[in-house]
Amino acid sequence: MRKTLWFISIVVIASLALAACGGGATTSTDGGETVTVVETVVVEVTSSAPVVVAPTGFGVTLETVKARGNLICGVNSQVPGFGYVDANGAFSGFDVDYCRALAAAIFGDASKVEFRPVTASERFTALQSGEIDILSRNTTWSLARDTELAGNFVHTTFYDGQGIMVPVDSGITTLKDLEGGTICVQTGTTTELNLADVMAAEGVSYTPAVFDDADATFAAYAEERCDAVTTDKSGLVSRRTVLADPSAHVILDVTMSKEPLGPMVRHGDDQWFDIAQWTVFAMFDGEEFGITSANVDDIKASATAPEVKRLLGVEPGMGLKLGLSDDWAYNIIKLVGNYEEVYNRNLGPDTPTYIPRGFNSLYTDGGLLYAPPVR
Amino acid sequence: MAENTILPPLAERSGALRWLRKNLFGSWVDSILTVVGALIIFWVVKAVLVWVFTVAEWQVVTTNLRLFMVGQYPLEQVWRLWLALAFIMFLIGNSLAIWARKSYLITILLIAFPLLLALLPFGVEPRKWMIILTVVGVIGWLIGRAKPQALSRHVIIGWIICLPIFILLTRGFTPQEGFMPIVQTNVWGGLLLTFLLTIVGIIFSFPLGVLLALGRRSELPAIRITSVLYIELIRGVPLITLFFMAQLMLPLFLPTGVTIDRVLRAMVAVILFSAAYLAENVRGGLQAIPKGQFEAAQALGLSGFKTMYFIILPQALRLIIPILVGQFIGVFKDTSLVAIVGLFDLVGIAQTVLSQPEFLGLQREVYVFISLIYWVLSYGMSYLSQQLEIKLGVGKR
Repeated sequence: MRKTLWFISIVVIASLALAACGGGATTSTDGGETVTVVETVVVEVTSSAPVVVAPTGFGVTLETVKARGNLICGVNSQVPGFGYVDANGAFSGFDVDYCRALAAAIFGDASKVEFRPVTASERFTALQSGEIDILSRNTTWSLARDTELAGNFVHTTFYDGQGIMVPVDSGITTLKDLEGGTICVQTGTTTELNLADVMAAEGVSYTPAVFDDADATFAAYAEERCDAVTTDKSGLVSRRTVLADPSAHVILDVTMSKEPLGPMVRHGDDQWFDIAQWTVFAMFDGEEFGITSANVDDIKASATAPEVKRLLGVEPGMGLKLGLSDDWAYNIIKLVGNYEEVYNRNLGPDTPTYIPRGFNSLYTDGGLLYAPPVR
Repeated sequence: MAENTILPPLAERSGALRWLRKNLFGSWVDSILTVVGALIIFWVVKAVLVWVFTVAEWQVVTTNLRLFMVGQYPLEQVWRLWLALAFIMFLIGNSLAIWARKSYLITILLIAFPLLLALLPFGVEPRKWMIILTVVGVIGWLIGRAKPQALSRHVIIGWIICLPIFILLTRGFTPQEGFMPIVQTNVWGGLLLTFLLTIVGIIFSFPLGVLLALGRRSELPAIRITSVLYIELIRGVPLITLFFMAQLMLPLFLPTGVTIDRVLRAMVAVILFSAAYLAENVRGGLQAIPKGQFEAAQALGLSGFKTMYFIILPQALRLIIPILVGQFIGVFKDTSLVAIVGLFDLVGIAQTVLSQPEFLGLQREVYVFISLIYWVLSYGMSYLSQQLEIKLGVGKR
């Protein structure tokens, strides 16, 4: 009997230990000096908590990532088109592809990235505590977040904003066409105020039909109790797909508020910030110079424009400044694609989650995508 | 003469019509109630059937079946999970043959269960494994039947090492490349994760709960107060707050650069929470044991430990089987809360599947499907526990 007891307790301990190794308690190796920053930070959930920021310092994050052999990217798993798990078990989406681009820039291998689904409430904690290297999870850039959450926003990758959806057969194409119409809107949100401001500026009179929650708002729209419905564009897209006939509704090419969404990194490692930033710019440049994953090899071989040569590493030196190899941008475009390819793959006209480009067009097309020169 | 003419009792005349008249159409009120009830049942059943067979788009479930079962667990390593299941199946076959020789219905049900699953639209590979599972179960049963006495000890040991083996196989042991590469817990998901959280939660919270229950009845103030504090503190907060603590607060308290696996954190939260409830349930069982039992044990010269281990606990635990099963079912369903803190258990996977652009707006299908899984497993637990009660004669003595 005693023997059995001993046996049981050993087994219990052994399996606890096994479970503990599941991910293992890992101590990150930082070659440089360890800077521990302790500061009072206002986190959204926990009103005011002392936050121990993970070791950061110039170059530490890149070193850690390289030593680990993969990038850990905090993503969303529940936003159609931006971040979700597809039927093969792989993460997909616009924000997810950015992580792949970053991995491509660092390792020359877009698959060396581990996706960590983080919820809205835990995303900043995960970034601060070093559980993730970068947060790419449709996070709106705002002053409070930029300062208090011990993070820096990289250049915006997607300019979201309040949009408006109408039935295709209504023939409405601009806000002016809504003169005298009814618009379904959720009450008590900035959405309602934005709508009023924009319509006043446009000089269009309308009747707002207000509802307490999003479900009721869209149910009313589905029952044709109003001529149009308004909320953030990315929200409109996922709502449209659940309507009886999604193709019968169109999102107008109008943006009524500012919701710049972009990746976020920790305070304290400027090199890492630069890498994350220029990964975005390399994707913009790819589209601007017409470099796609399909033709990047040809262009690299025959490039004459100095900027393209510098970007693709034909003329060396640029990658080194970021702490990367010279073919960093080549790898991004080759393995993941330029901005247009990534956009169309996830949010383009051929996808169920189609969002017109709007502000997310190159500055040459009247959009806001403008990358500083590579030199 | 008169004594010989004993008439047989009036035979109850049976027959469907008679039964109907007696039970359903006994009076006008009964008749109306019957008709109205039948109509309601007809409408509901018809609506459900029409939806299930014509309206519902089950493709979202069939396409994502693998995600629901194992999450993002790499496909080329799934054979390890099947192997672990085969081991369990073998043990089930063995155990049934040894301890439930007469319970043919359960035996057939349990052993043929994988075969029934193979009827569902799984791929070729899973079906192959399901057939193997049933075959292994049958072999286990035959072996157990041949040598029940000699085997029983080994089967008990098998059950004890079953969880470590399962976790070892799931996780792997060689780094990166090799025979069994390590599969990080961040890709464990679906039913696999729900199952592991539940099993680990139940198995580890049980001893902890029993210890806490004994601690609360201890005469040593330090132990008693610690137990009471633990139980009341943990029981006083919702499970979801424990998950939030584990996922959000813990990383901030740990030394810089040290991270603890997220799945492990969730497991610990489940164990701690469940143990507090279990402690009170066990305490209820302990209180139901008459004082005479303690005194008798003392009179026999048993030590305190032996009294508990041989006399009190076996009786107390047997008394609370229904409560324990209720709690275990509760643990099973409570694990779904980890979806809120970003783990891909069954519910978490359902949420991400619903975000796939090609399957937007199919909430009903997905949630009906996972509810069905939860129900089948919960009812399975409940049914087995009832059989266990019958076997142990609880409620008869």
